[in-house]
Amino acid sequence: MSHLLEIRGVKKSFGAVAALVTADFVLDAGSIHALVGENGAGKSTLVKIIGGLHGRDDGQFLLEGNPVNFHSTAAAKDAGIAVIYQEPTLFPDLSVAENIFVGRQPYTNYGTIDRAEMRRATRELIGRLGVSIDPDREARGLSIADQQIVEIAKSISLNAKVVIMDEPTASLSGAEVDRLMGIARQLRDEDKGLIFISHRFDEVFSLCDTITVMRDGAYIATNPTSAVTEDEVIRQMVGRSVDNLFPKQEAKIGDVVLDVQALTSAGVFSDVSFQVRSGEIVCLAGLVGAGRSEIARAIFGVDRYDSGSVKLSHNEVPKHEPSGAMKLGIGFVPEDRRKQGFALTASVQTNIALTIRSSLAKLGILTSGMEVSNAATWAHRLQVKTRALDTEAGMLSGGNQQKVVLAKWLATEPKLLIVDEPTRGIDVGTKAEVHRLISELAGTGVAVLMISSELPEVLGMADRVLVVHEGRITEEFAREDATPEAVMYAATHAPEVVPT
Amino acid sequence: MTLQEAQSSRTAATTAVPSRSVVERLIRARELSLVIIIIALIAGTAGAQPSYLFSQGGWRDLLRGPAMLIVVAIGEAMVILTRNIDLSVGSILGLTTYLCGDLMHLTSLPNVVIVVIGLAFGAALGLINGLLVAFLNVPSLVITLGTQYAFRGVAVLWIGGRFIRPEWVPNSFKHFGLSQILTIPWLLVVAVIVMLASGWFLSSRRTGREFYALGSNPDAAILYGLRTRQLTLIPFVLSGLLAGLGGIIYLSIFATGDSKVGFGFEFQAIAAAVVGGVAITGGSGRIWGVALGGFFLATLNTALPVLNVPSLWQQAVVGLLIVAAITLDRALFVARQRQARKAVHA
Repeated sequence: MSHLLEIRGVKKSFGAVAALVTADFVLDAGSIHALVGENGAGKSTLVKIIGGLHGRDDGQFLLEGNPVNFHSTAAAKDAGIAVIYQEPTLFPDLSVAENIFVGRQPYTNYGTIDRAEMRRATRELIGRLGVSIDPDREARGLSIADQQIVEIAKSISLNAKVVIMDEPTASLSGAEVDRLMGIARQLRDEDKGLIFISHRFDEVFSLCDTITVMRDGAYIATNPTSAVTEDEVIRQMVGRSVDNLFPKQEAKIGDVVLDVQALTSAGVFSDVSFQVRSGEIVCLAGLVGAGRSEIARAIFGVDRYDSGSVKLSHNEVPKHEPSGAMKLGIGFVPEDRRKQGFALTASVQTNIALTIRSSLAKLGILTSGMEVSNAATWAHRLQVKTRALDTEAGMLSGGNQQKVVLAKWLATEPKLLIVDEPTRGIDVGTKAEVHRLISELAGTGVAVLMISSELPEVLGMADRVLVVHEGRITEEFAREDATPEAVMYAATHAPEVVPT
Repeated sequence: MTLQEAQSSRTAATTAVPSRSVVERLIRARELSLVIIIIALIAGTAGAQPSYLFSQGGWRDLLRGPAMLIVVAIGEAMVILTRNIDLSVGSILGLTTYLCGDLMHLTSLPNVVIVVIGLAFGAALGLINGLLVAFLNVPSLVITLGTQYAFRGVAVLWIGGRFIRPEWVPNSFKHFGLSQILTIPWLLVVAVIVMLASGWFLSSRRTGREFYALGSNPDAAILYGLRTRQLTLIPFVLSGLLAGLGGIIYLSIFATGDSKVGFGFEFQAIAAAVVGGVAITGGSGRIWGVALGGFFLATLNTALPVLNVPSLWQQAVVGLLIVAAITLDRALFVARQRQARKAVHA
């Protein structure tokens, strides 16, 4: 008998970055198959290929033994594949019922959409999942859990053979997770094949019968759940030596620069306290969605927070005022370079001069000449590879774009530099250069707060690792104690409650 | 919290939502308030000058005048619903007017055939817009700004300094523009038929609902597997077709035209759609609101001069109305989101 779904040797690159090197994956009907791996291991890319959103560069894709080649999400849907993406993708202006049936609403004999029938079918579908949501309410404002229920109802109504859930539990509460797992088991018993992506090992182990591990875009291993332990899976996920990748310079660690006390933002993070000293690199590790970026954004004043305090060298950092944070000497390299990091269509020199416009300008006038001399210094120091400084920044490669963003902040001579996912989507060579830069910077006495989802990067760079789990700092490791297994374990598990 | 508690609190949250009807009422109020404003405007203007309403010509012009704006605005609204915009409708309208005028002059084709040719021509120009937007991945704002000038340029080349002479237009065609049924001008009947047909299509056919879906969340539309290219293209074709119909209505009312026919009309059409309750960001709005918006703006255009408002101020009034409508939409949107959030936390 052939497998329900079979992936062999699938490759996929985006530009110079290889997202999938060799992906293998086999799914059988009537089973729940976990797909695990670090962030950036290629899970989401694989899911998007199965769902018809991306084409593959090479390799085989069989559905029920037949080779398939989807050119659109519609084709994958028609073939019986339903994907529930990490971010629910509903149409906010349409009703719940229409969200489930759009494109295939039932018609009456008069060729008009049969709203009564659609409403009835929606009630029935959602009722099967043990909830009640008004089919007529618009999808706008549904809670994440309810949005997911709607997505699942949609995939049931499609009668999909393969249901893929990409981190469906990331933003659900305990009871909601239980219900979702009940639904998943129900689908399995109806002989569907489920792919379940999650970072939470307790869920993976209680729900799935098979676990496939990916790392760096490649297939690593497939284990029957009963035959492996969590530790073995974690080892398969991280298994690589990291020591020689990061030539970290020794830096003299000095006084406290950043002092965060009891920072809380309701529902996002709570009671976050830590310090970063001059010359020190502190990494916030944890899963995507744990609240790391939100903490950084609150410190820099991009987002609001409810209580707590942030001090930079004993000066209070103003709330919700990035320009104030900048004046005190904080630099912030955001997560999403293209959206938040810089002006894509402006030139390299303008981008570099962006943060220091007022100090560069004379009598309020900033000429291109002043920009150039400043930009040339930094572009040279950071080895930005560009033909000319007036090239549009958007034309540079990802790695060089990141260097431009770094240059922009280095030009302000910050006391504290916050870098959020500094090497995401950057090729290996440039990655090392970015690491070298950050390390050198710490060597000059700058305090660095780094957020990274790449474990080797965290372990290679950090003097101290703080693990964030669901909005709280749950563990702290000194450089010597931070092993991949320990950090990964802390990131995926709630801290043990000490009985009082 | 146990599972049961969670579920009962969920049910509570869902049943708490009917407060949504307050918002619903506000949105409905858009159409109702438009009707009231239109009646007040007509009454006020007729009070200042009774012949505006109480004369055969006044009554007829009041009712047939808005027909052109209504049909073009409906086409525009369908484009806006899908989160695009069509700036070329004025130029398409003008070109169709000359094509039909020249056909009447140079051939002896029956009116019906000329009308069909005019409609097909408008749809073809719309198809050009649609293909460019759907396949080039360039924002429709830029594409249709370009075709607006391109189509207008063709018109200038074609018509030059000439103009359509009233004697070219057959009497039977002019007569249709004047004719009434039960004192209702046929042109308004045409606009109402367009409104009913497109309203039905948008609310009761799958493709119509998909327009809303695409405009509501384009990224989700791709992930969901909607045929986004077709859904982008079809509204432009319909908008072109209805702009063509607008040109034909123009010809039947005025029986003349130079190379400036329809100049700037796209902004009237967009304004009518927005005032009528179509969200400029797509995904929501109703066709009969658009029709009322069109009727209102067209009436305003004829009423303000009667009320002795200087012509410079007339434009300012229209502009203020657009700003007011968009501000109101934004406020409503924020209120809806707040309400939705409240419902979740309840």
